[in-house]
Amino acid sequence: MNLSVDFAGVSMKNPVTTASGTFGSGAEYAEFVNLNCLGAVTTKGVASVPWPGNPTPRICETYGGMLNAIGLQNPGIDLFLKRDIPFLKQYDTNIIVNVCGKTQEEYLEVVERLADQEIDLLEINISCPNVKAGGIAFGQNPKLVEKMTARVKEKAKQPVIMKLSPNVTDIAEIARAAEAGGADAVSLINTLTGMKIDIEKRKFALANKTGGMSGPAVKPVAVRMVYQVAHAVSIPVLGMGGIQNAEDALEFIMAGATMVAVGTANFANPTAVADVVNGLERFMRDHAISDIRELIGCVE
Amino acid sequence: MEKVTSGKQKCIAKVTSQVMLSAGIYSMWLKFPEEQDVAAAAVPGQFISLYSKDGSRLLPRPISICGINRAEHMLRIVYRVAGKGTEEFAGYAAGDTVSVVGPLGNGFTMKEGKSILIGGGIGIPPILSLAKELKGDVTVVLGYRNRDVFLSEEFAPYGRVYLSTEDGSVGTKGNVIDAIREHHLTADTIYACGPLPMLRGVKAYAEQEGIAAQISMEERMACGIGACLACVCQSVEKDSHSNVKNKRICKDGPVFDVQEIEW
Repeated sequence: MNLSVDFAGVSMKNPVTTASGTFGSGAEYAEFVNLNCLGAVTTKGVASVPWPGNPTPRICETYGGMLNAIGLQNPGIDLFLKRDIPFLKQYDTNIIVNVCGKTQEEYLEVVERLADQEIDLLEINISCPNVKAGGIAFGQNPKLVEKMTARVKEKAKQPVIMKLSPNVTDIAEIARAAEAGGADAVSLINTLTGMKIDIEKRKFALANKTGGMSGPAVKPVAVRMVYQVAHAVSIPVLGMGGIQNAEDALEFIMAGATMVAVGTANFANPTAVADVVNGLERFMRDHAISDIRELIGCVE
Repeated sequence: MEKVTSGKQKCIAKVTSQVMLSAGIYSMWLKFPEEQDVAAAAVPGQFISLYSKDGSRLLPRPISICGINRAEHMLRIVYRVAGKGTEEFAGYAAGDTVSVVGPLGNGFTMKEGKSILIGGGIGIPPILSLAKELKGDVTVVLGYRNRDVFLSEEFAPYGRVYLSTEDGSVGTKGNVIDAIREHHLTADTIYACGPLPMLRGVKAYAEQEGIAAQISMEERMACGIGACLACVCQSVEKDSHSNVKNKRICKDGPVFDVQEIEW
């Protein structure tokens, strides 16, 4: 039985990774999950300098989901290289580093700093809805996406995944722009911009007023977008958005995703990503499927 | 085939009793399986994450530990019904089960000598487990809104107990600091858990009197284990983990030296 996939030239032992921002750099979840059993660990976004993030409250629960406005708090690339990369190198898994910035130059600085590192892929976050500069601002305009991708590709020594926002009119157009810019893969969806109001306090539930919605409630939207993008581009797709178990992951794979990421479900169940790996194996055994690659995009 | 998990996981705790202490305040004892004994490792000031059975409610509810019975593998939580999740928990009866991860967070650092333990409202429960385990001379000051007091009688075996209520219906009229001043209470260490305005008062009082103080903080949490960075508080100095002036309440706390925290 084969669970391994090739993703943008990188061999993955299985198609399962973590969604950026939900898993730190793996250290906290390593008590729960054997990181050796993941196709890859995708780290929380890292910037050229430390970012303090947004005021609290930064999260709230919604029906079947949650909103977050963490604001990309991160320790900056220096400490990340000194502490987080060596931690992950102890494990037999691929490392996908998520990169964020407020300006194109800041993104490029991080990409350059990662050039000589033993990491496997870069994921460029052009879709965070919770920061005032950068993030989603780069991800909603196809011309900007193409230009940004091309500039990252000039500097990058690892394959580049562009992480796309669902907060656009036509996500296929944005994916084609990333492909035209030279992206090796795309990942989607980042969170959907949402809002919650506390009617007792007559205040926004989040200090940031708006936040990114994630969790099982967004899954049908994410599956639809993965399907659209998989049919619009020829580069591989990393699908995510509300995956809680192997059955959810299989929907994304059948819609055309070569890899899948588990995000918010890690909060609801700290072994969720491991359970997805187990569940995929079980599904293949139960259905006598010898190679998971048979399932990628099998629903036309 | 290598195991996909590495040991720690949700465990299924059995509810052994549940009673309502006061309007909307519930006390529940949980018994843990011996092979996943959350109680064995627990110390006062830590919390546990409880997970709802309803799939529409994803996030764990972090609830402080009010009592520890290590011999029986049991923990007690006392909590307020504040939404749909805690409403579900309040409906559990003896024999029901609930998924738990824990113990989480750091807990209080127990010092010898003279102590004042301060609890405000739903911040009182963790103070009870501390009062039981703390050695030395213990004074307890509990603050409530009105005559709907809870848990106060259970502190009696562990030290002198003073109450304050905002409306003056029981004990000192005012807040916990008013009660401390009224009774001229002194100590080497203050331990406190309660709402933010109370903790601000404790910080001001401790600094003015030159008393060391440990405070237990709360904030909306998602993961509960230090990964998501939702529940941060501002620290005076740059934190070595975050590399900014932010500490994670769930992982670096919930108990902090009052001098570490900035408001």
